[in-house]
Amino acid sequence: MAIKVIYNGSPDVKTFKDVLSTMIPKLLDEDPDVIYLDADLMSCIGTAKYAKAHPDRAINCGIAESNMAGIAAGLAAVGFKPICHTFGPFASRRCYDQMYMSGGYAKNDITMIGSDPGICATMNGGTHMPFEDVALYRAMPGSTIVDVTDTAQFNDIFPKLVNRKGIKYLRVNRKANDLVYGEGSEFEIGKGVVLKDGKDITIIAAGYMVGSALKAAEVLKGKGIDAAVIDMFTIKPLDEELVLKFAKQTGAVLVTENHNKIGGLYSAVSECLVANCPVPAGCVAVEDEFGEVGPIDYLAERFGLTPEHIVSEAEKIVARK
Amino acid sequence: MRGKDKIMNNADKYAIKHFAAEIRITLLEELKARGFGHVGGSLSVCDALAVLYGKVMNYKPNDPKWPDRDKIVCSKGHAGPALYATLALKGFFSMEELKTLNRPATNLPSHCDKNKTPGIDCTTGSLGQGTSQAVGMALGDKLKGRKNRVFLFVGDGEIDEGQVWEAAMFTAAKKVNNLVWLIDDNKKQLDGPTAEILPTFDLRAKFEAFGFDAVRVKGNDVDALYDALTKQATDKPIAIIMDNVKGSGVKAVEETAANHSMTVDAATWDSYIAQVKADLEALEKGKEIA
Repeated sequence: MAIKVIYNGSPDVKTFKDVLSTMIPKLLDEDPDVIYLDADLMSCIGTAKYAKAHPDRAINCGIAESNMAGIAAGLAAVGFKPICHTFGPFASRRCYDQMYMSGGYAKNDITMIGSDPGICATMNGGTHMPFEDVALYRAMPGSTIVDVTDTAQFNDIFPKLVNRKGIKYLRVNRKANDLVYGEGSEFEIGKGVVLKDGKDITIIAAGYMVGSALKAAEVLKGKGIDAAVIDMFTIKPLDEELVLKFAKQTGAVLVTENHNKIGGLYSAVSECLVANCPVPAGCVAVEDEFGEVGPIDYLAERFGLTPEHIVSEAEKIVARK
Repeated sequence: MRGKDKIMNNADKYAIKHFAAEIRITLLEELKARGFGHVGGSLSVCDALAVLYGKVMNYKPNDPKWPDRDKIVCSKGHAGPALYATLALKGFFSMEELKTLNRPATNLPSHCDKNKTPGIDCTTGSLGQGTSQAVGMALGDKLKGRKNRVFLFVGDGEIDEGQVWEAAMFTAAKKVNNLVWLIDDNKKQLDGPTAEILPTFDLRAKFEAFGFDAVRVKGNDVDALYDALTKQATDKPIAIIMDNVKGSGVKAVEETAANHSMTVDAATWDSYIAQVKADLEALEKGKEIA
């Protein structure tokens, strides 16, 4: 089945926790080489019950993310396809050197799930709010980074990631993002999805920001700006072909991401544009600052990640054309 | 029948000591060809390598990726040159290749790389990381139903790294008893004696407290090493604390304060080699090594 877009502004009917709790056991049951490690956060993604019944397939490493990453590397070295999970900051900052050397450098393939990216960390606050995880993993040679949009996309992409070579970093909210895709939609890692065509500006978004980008595009339409919207769920490798096609078509680009504007999707798109098609561009992303605690609506406002911020920035970029 | 005999007979013991001297000579020739290298921590694992590759481990030099092989993880990755010397002597690659150590495009980098060197089972270098990888390898082998073991070398300076203790805790807690830890307690780290930089306190007691069956043996006592390495593990994994001397086997290196990495001229390397050769001759004549 091709990609079916069913966006209507409402939240996903399922949470990511729902699909993590079913998809991880499903992959473990289907493929004896898949093995799952967690760092004392199984209960947070609904896998604890499965782990209790299958202690050889789902291994709780305790609160030791570096060790978990290293064990995953060792398991990969002897023939397993390890999936690791912990919260985003611990899946990136806390075990970066282990993922880099024991994982990437040593060619031990690992899928690392970093849950609650950026402002999705809400009530866990600034200590748990990764705005730099994509920047870290982007700098790791050969890595793949996915910031997943909704549960239908997750269901299709997740097995593909687990079976892919290299270090795979998956950013995933535990709650629901906006519903965008119909169940059964099929995606290709490294290929962005055109959610809306347009001629005046291209909004490139990923993960939590995709819904906000679509909302902004509707508002912009009312202001006479015809914005294209691309779901760039694969941040690395970037779909440069699609970026350049739309940069040429619309002559302006806005990137929005639930991440610091340093080193993430905006950086990736900017690097591509500077070298190949320097059009007016800008971003709606977190500035050079740390996170803080609060409900997600507060945090989206606080860090400038609302549809209104996208509208305002898009108008400025279009004015520079 | 490697690893099956309970004790070594005199012929075995002679062969192991002979092999250890050969490893040292080959290692020193390898470092001499480049003029510098991590000599101290390489020399201190030579006796254990001789026991492992001489009589304990199951491996196939012509099939280095054989899944059921016993595996070695040198978490103190800078001791790679000692492993390379051992592997070359056992026919994993040519002796000639040893001359490429640390040369551009070499298969023998300063720190162990499993994707470059036949017989190297784990990529190490960022200290502490070999421990968790060894745990994963041993756990994975066990889950795959393999009967092999994994042998892990950890430096006494390296245990400053917190990851080592995370891995130790997991090894005992999850009963990963097909993994044997060898702590090279050679008393020195790069900046000086461990007693000054960050004292280790009682390593045997620490590993026992972590749930290991821990023993302390002289790092050059091949009988004691053999006994410890062939002991059947219970649910408790085995940790062998090797009471060692950094640079062991070459008096002049042992007596050099800063012997982590040394740059000396060819004549000095030759003098080190001459000492080991003299010890080897003495061994061959049936005399005791001093």
